[in-house]
Amino acid sequence: MSSERMDLSRNGNDVGTLGDRVARYAFFSCAFVTVLTTIAIILVLINGAVGFFRQATLVELLGDAVSAGSVGGAADAIGEGLAAQVTVTEFLFGTDWSPLIEPTSYGVLPLVWGTLVVTVGSALIAVPVGTLTAIYLSEYADERVRRTLKPILEILAGIPTIVYGFFALSFITPIIQFFFPQTGTFNATSAAIVVGIMIIPMISSLSEDAMSAVPDSLRNAAYGLGATKLEVSTQVVLPASLSGILAAYVLGLSRAIGETMAVALAMGMLPQITTNPLEEMQTMTAYMVQVGISDVSVGSIQYQSLFAVGLTLFAMTFAMNVLSMWVRSRYREEYQ
Amino acid sequence: MSTDTDGEFEFDGSAIERKRLYGKVFLGLCVSAAMVGIVALIALLADVIYESWGWLTWEFLTYPPSQVAEHFDPENYGALDTGPAGMYPAIVGSIYLIVLTAVFTLFLGVGAAIYLEEYAPDSRLTRFIEANITNLAGVPSIVYGLLGLAMFVRALQTGASLIAGALTLTLLILPIVIVSSQESLRAVPDSMRQASYGTGATKWQTIRNVVLPEAVPGIMTGIILSLSRAIGETAPILMVGAAVSMFTPPDLTSPTGAFSAMPMMIFEWASQPDAAFQHIAAAGIVVLLTILLLMNAAAVLIRNKYDRRA
Repeated sequence: MSSERMDLSRNGNDVGTLGDRVARYAFFSCAFVTVLTTIAIILVLINGAVGFFRQATLVELLGDAVSAGSVGGAADAIGEGLAAQVTVTEFLFGTDWSPLIEPTSYGVLPLVWGTLVVTVGSALIAVPVGTLTAIYLSEYADERVRRTLKPILEILAGIPTIVYGFFALSFITPIIQFFFPQTGTFNATSAAIVVGIMIIPMISSLSEDAMSAVPDSLRNAAYGLGATKLEVSTQVVLPASLSGILAAYVLGLSRAIGETMAVALAMGMLPQITTNPLEEMQTMTAYMVQVGISDVSVGSIQYQSLFAVGLTLFAMTFAMNVLSMWVRSRYREEYQ
Repeated sequence: MSTDTDGEFEFDGSAIERKRLYGKVFLGLCVSAAMVGIVALIALLADVIYESWGWLTWEFLTYPPSQVAEHFDPENYGALDTGPAGMYPAIVGSIYLIVLTAVFTLFLGVGAAIYLEEYAPDSRLTRFIEANITNLAGVPSIVYGLLGLAMFVRALQTGASLIAGALTLTLLILPIVIVSSQESLRAVPDSMRQASYGTGATKWQTIRNVVLPEAVPGIMTGIILSLSRAIGETAPILMVGAAVSMFTPPDLTSPTGAFSAMPMMIFEWASQPDAAFQHIAAAGIVVLLTILLLMNAAAVLIRNKYDRRA
């Protein structure tokens, strides 16, 4: 007799009913929907962006080419559709964004600038506060404090962003106006503060997970050398969990870049490049909201600009998300 | 540990004192940082409740909206020919939106989780699908709005409808639902699966009769929490074209009809320059947060009731 153990179970051996065979493919299709979603997002954004830079979208080009009948006609139709509408150079490097008011201009930099101001401003709040909160939760707080503090942070993370926008307008902005009376109703500072508050829970909870994963033997070794709690926290735990903490920062910033409703409400709708954070600005997301609530006609250049701006936004957040995954895997310390 | 080291030994204790002071200052910093979140939450809730005080009435929940701020004011209710104004159609719209989203995510999310946990081989395709789900969770919600606008509203010609909104929200929360359902499936002990296989059950029978019943409370908790995120999302339904002036509630039996939803109404009111609309927006926020609270309470109750490990 063979000494090898035989697997007599029917695990992985779906010879049973039709249901057994169908189930596998049905569940696979569900999982594959997520892949299709990514493909659809990319196609939709690229198709619309082509329609913004050229006379026709990819789908329209295809339709024109097919209906042209002859090869020459199709080539003509495609050539006509590919005539430039907005040059990529103007879009990427132009410093004037005014797509709705004549004379129109399509330089995306003011929108990118607005997004950058909010992202950097929110990081100035959320990175120190989130990191210190994580150190407190992971190194100092006892079980009772953790059990109260963590649900509160979870509630903060669960509040809809539109509510944060209202909070900025009705609470933060009046406080800023009290100290700086020349501040307008819409300003970048107020928006950056609420976005900062919004991403604190994300940074603190992901950083705390990373710090909690540092084994106690490292802490005890440092204590054995006479280190204080402060030294253990900042010179042992922090460096040991750096990959997780950095990944948390990058994810938090990515979230700030894509944040929409709070900045649309609190920051205003005026695209401009200014170094004064008390002024009104517009982010990429806020512009998309502005077009979304206006009555631009489908196929117009304003409608197509949604997709060009959306593609820029998607590319930025995608790069950040990939960077976060890379940081986590590249600098991960393995502990037994 | 002695706190009095000065003088007893013949060495300079100032270094220790200094380190002790640094330690105290750092702990103080950490505690104040942890307080920022609490203070922000209290300020936010206090601000919203204060602004909405006196504006949140039964009529606000049961009457359609109005363009005129005075129609919302309880003091004017008696003097109006049109009747009071409120957010009834938006409340109904949001509930329908969530019901449809729940149906779609239940099948897609749980199905995908079952595939990834129970069927998927450790292949390159599986790892790609998992990485893709992680990445989808980080895509801004407004990009999902663009997807919904171009794919459902335009290409599939559903128009700015309930079904387009629900499908968009489904795709948005799908990554979160899949990950949380996967965790619930993973928590089912392998010994139960082995016992089922031991009786001669097939894989599908094992999943249906053993794994799923055991994982259902966890899956439900995850889905309800994801839905509570979906109900507050504004950007996707704004891009899909949620209406701000609907005076009758949407009709669930004709899902291709127009719809309005709570967060959209709140955005509309909050962006009005008229100061009275700020109170109306705050009243709307209180309603939205109450529904969120109820959904979260339901999720916690389900978790506590069925969690045997607790």
